[in-house]
Amino acid sequence: MRFLLSQEFVDIKEYIELVFTDYTLRTITLGTAILGAVTGMLGSFAVLRKQSLLGDAISHAALPGIAIAFLITGAKDTNTLLLGALVSGLIGTFWIRGIVTKTHLKSDTALGLILSLFFGFGMLLLTFIQKQPNANQAGLDKYLFGQAATLVESDVWTMAIVTGICLLVMLTFWKEFKILLFDADYTKTLGFNTKTIDILITSFIVLAIVLGLQTVGVVLMSAMLLAPAAAARQWTNSLSVMVLLAAIFGAFSGVFGTAISASQNNLSTGPVIVLVASVFVAFSFIFSPSRGLLFKQIRFIKNRRDLELHKTLAFMYNIAETHEDISHPHAIKLLNNFQGYTRSTLQKLVDKDYVKIDGNMWSLTERGFETASNLYTKQSTEDE
Amino acid sequence: MENTIAVKVDDLTVAYNYKPVLWDIDLEIPEGVLMAIVGPNGAGKSTLIKAILGILKPIAGSVSIYGKPYEKQRQLVAYVPQKGSVDWDFPTTALDVVMMGTYGSLGWIKRPGQKEKKAALEALEKVGMLAFKGRQISQLSGGQQQRIFLARALVQNASIYFMDEPFQGVDASTEIAIINILKALRKAGKTVIVVHHDLQTVPEYFDWVTFLNVKKIATGPVKDIFNDDNLTKTYGINYKVSIQE
Repeated sequence: MRFLLSQEFVDIKEYIELVFTDYTLRTITLGTAILGAVTGMLGSFAVLRKQSLLGDAISHAALPGIAIAFLITGAKDTNTLLLGALVSGLIGTFWIRGIVTKTHLKSDTALGLILSLFFGFGMLLLTFIQKQPNANQAGLDKYLFGQAATLVESDVWTMAIVTGICLLVMLTFWKEFKILLFDADYTKTLGFNTKTIDILITSFIVLAIVLGLQTVGVVLMSAMLLAPAAAARQWTNSLSVMVLLAAIFGAFSGVFGTAISASQNNLSTGPVIVLVASVFVAFSFIFSPSRGLLFKQIRFIKNRRDLELHKTLAFMYNIAETHEDISHPHAIKLLNNFQGYTRSTLQKLVDKDYVKIDGNMWSLTERGFETASNLYTKQSTEDE
Repeated sequence: MENTIAVKVDDLTVAYNYKPVLWDIDLEIPEGVLMAIVGPNGAGKSTLIKAILGILKPIAGSVSIYGKPYEKQRQLVAYVPQKGSVDWDFPTTALDVVMMGTYGSLGWIKRPGQKEKKAALEALEKVGMLAFKGRQISQLSGGQQQRIFLARALVQNASIYFMDEPFQGVDASTEIAIINILKALRKAGKTVIVVHHDLQTVPEYFDWVTFLNVKKIATGPVKDIFNDDNLTKTYGINYKVSIQE
């Protein structure tokens, strides 16, 4: 066991060295990290706008664009194909908006419709391309699930530049983004052109999705957008911290995902990155101090116990009050009339020095009496 | 004095699909009144406010503020939306929401600074929420959230305030706090227009009233037109409100 651990330790050390020395690995790690950061950042906006599904629809809508770009140019140049993806992704987005504003259909219906329509059409084109005699056609289907191994330095540069522009725009229009996300109608009354802000945000989301298609693929891309943001939301109540955290979670998902897939042969990178991001989500949902399930449950149980204790104390207070001498002893039997009474709550009250027990008689202490009477006044003032 | 018209609405018609929600509304609101808009559910009360503020695009009609088109007079107008229209789980604080009231005067790109923060803190104090400035907004009660929205509008330091059901879902003490603020606004010469549901409190709270049910039924001083006749016309049934006098 010990041996195994140290063996792994050496592996990790070796791996880190490799990341800095091996060209391919360095390119892929850098690429997935940048991709994770930019999608996490923009994903925060999508999540807060309740447009989680939009990312899914956009990425699926990008597929026919890739196929058509190949059919027109006959070459597999990444930038050309992604340009096609961008165009068809944008068309899909505007169709979704059109359907929502022009018809009675709800947005989830519109998203589902566009998603399946574009994806179906894209698949059709892919099979059509595969039947072509062109020897160049092999490998277009890598855009379904992505293939990080095909990343080259120029791809990483493209990602870095887009991320830089995106960051700049976000910082410039931070105030406008924030108010639009929170209250669009109010933003309009302040004189801002909400359509411009909206288009700006949506365009960047589309751009980020398209950037990730090569690495993560059409099918899983939306997870890159949503998972880091959903995880980040659990840890903070500030928008700026949330965006920052989502970027960090996204970047780490990229780095860890690449590391796992590189050290375990034949694991494809995209799905592994998405799984790592999901681990962030699961961990955050359970262990976040303020919103996590674990601490919520602990707080819930503790509150219940406190309440039980207070109720018992209040019941005893009512009995003690009937006597002039508050520390007059009463029979423990009396407490059985109170439904919430258990022996252990009594013991807890003794431990807190609220109650004294003498044989099978109990009496309130000075402290217990004071606490109990405060409970009453506190409750009546808290009701506002 | 009373004759200055703060808000003038001409021929306003709004439709969502085929059915008109508002039909041919003409309305003149004098400066310095505290006005209730009343009418049954679906009468178009919120729609009227939203159409005046340009949130909804009307099919026909125009709105002028102090004699000029609304688009040129935005800085004179503040809006308090319905509390339920936003997601209160949004990651931000009470102070931050109130600061949003300063964004309009800042314009594009410019960030709020110390001056804006001071104005926001003052507004929070006016609504009795200064102690909650750093509180995450989801941790506020319904009444407190309403006060935050009110403070955000106060920061705008406008001349005309439009409020969409500010008393909805708030407790008695918040209702009193809010109406006191509205009365103070009127005293300062501001015009306040409120979508209101509780007919019993209209005579006590407001001095001006508009009856609305797709069409405008009546508008004028509460003491002249808040009567059974107009209520029946608006609500369709023989509506009797006992006005103690």
